[in-house]
Amino acid sequence: MSLIDLANPTRFSSLAGRVLPWLAAATLILFAAGLYLAFFVAPDDYQMGAVVKIMFIHVPNAWLCMFVWGVMSVASLGTLVWRHPLADVAAKAAAPLGAAFTFLALVTGSLWGRPMWGTYWVWDARLTSVLVLFLMYLGIIALWRTVEDPSRAARAAAILTLVGAINLPIIKFSVDWWNTLHQPASVFRVGGPAIDKSILVPLLVMAIAFTLLFVTLHLAAMRTEILRRRIRTLRLMQAHGARA
Amino acid sequence: MALAALFSRDIKIALRVGGGALTGVLFFLAVITLIPFALGPDLALLRRIGPAILWLGALLASLLALDRLFADDQADGSLDLLLTGTTPLELVVATKAIAHWITTGLPLVVVSPVLGLVLNLEGDAILVVFVTLLVGTPALTFIGVIGAALAATLRRGGLLLPILILPLAVPVLIFGVSAANAALIGPVPFGAPFAILCALTLFSMVLGPFAAAATLRHGAE
Repeated sequence: MSLIDLANPTRFSSLAGRVLPWLAAATLILFAAGLYLAFFVAPDDYQMGAVVKIMFIHVPNAWLCMFVWGVMSVASLGTLVWRHPLADVAAKAAAPLGAAFTFLALVTGSLWGRPMWGTYWVWDARLTSVLVLFLMYLGIIALWRTVEDPSRAARAAAILTLVGAINLPIIKFSVDWWNTLHQPASVFRVGGPAIDKSILVPLLVMAIAFTLLFVTLHLAAMRTEILRRRIRTLRLMQAHGARA
Repeated sequence: MALAALFSRDIKIALRVGGGALTGVLFFLAVITLIPFALGPDLALLRRIGPAILWLGALLASLLALDRLFADDQADGSLDLLLTGTTPLELVVATKAIAHWITTGLPLVVVSPVLGLVLNLEGDAILVVFVTLLVGTPALTFIGVIGAALAATLRRGGLLLPILILPLAVPVLIFGVSAANAALIGPVPFGAPFAILCALTLFSMVLGPFAAAATLRHGAE
């Protein structure tokens, strides 16, 4: 079976169904490993104490919220440029997941900010641009729900996703371009990571765990969306048939 | 030339039907009048936040006037003619956006000094707000044209159009107010945010028509 066969929704659904239990198991194992490393292996911060461990949830969620918009952008290119049959299914399924990751990043960051900075929220460049990303996710979800025909909604959402992708470099470089309360980049920066291996390794394990979580949920959501469209088509056929 | 004819037609319709041009200004006036009612008559406070209020009012008035951009053309079928015509759709959209700005955005800019007086702004503050609005409102129009094209392809858009455009318009608002405040109080020099505001306008004048044309093409059934 070649890669092109995956464009067929039935084949994709059956392959995803076979792969999903393994992905779910891998996600669980990596979460167990990551949480163990984060809580029992990684050291406490000398100033903040154990509060620093919020980072192991906050940072992977923040990475993922941008990654998911990137996935949606690639899917949008697939819709507009290559007319891939499942590209819009992928984009539609990814949007609520991305919104959830963004929301979690904002909430965990806010809870971490209270003991660390003394405030739940501050309007600096990083927090504001992530909040704008959250609003864009909600707008895309609203757009999907407004247009009745899925393929028309797909094209409109694809264009808006690509326009909104401009926010990703703004978020990434906001801590470099502006003087922000949020700390500058510590991992993905010129010169390599600036944090110690004892913290970096649990962080990367948690990041992979969250990424696998996204892939698992995304594949499951794509299968659900394919089924949802089948039901819609069947209903339309039934309505047409009832008139005859 | 087709574009010149389209431009003059849009200007004439906007000025005649009595819809877009003046109601945008009236909404701007209404917002600026409401805010002192809510805040109280503290003149010092109004002077300090005056540039921000003027920018907010201009942004909201621009957003509300946006669906007028393609709605009439879609209703009477001329949008279909534009879509199937030989003139490049991006240029058509850009021409309509320029005409829209002249009839909707420019009146807001012209009225802003008067409203600045209402908010107890000084002369140099009024001038700075005028200049930043003059440079920034085209950006709002050209970013909004993407949403307007989207609303034209939807049957029921409702409040969706402002929701989609607002995140994209936030940088224009931030840099516009930053430039206005920088000239008045801040340690940051006026030139830096103003240059970025100009860049945003130029960038949106290129991105907006392309994205809007793509939306119109793909959205047409």
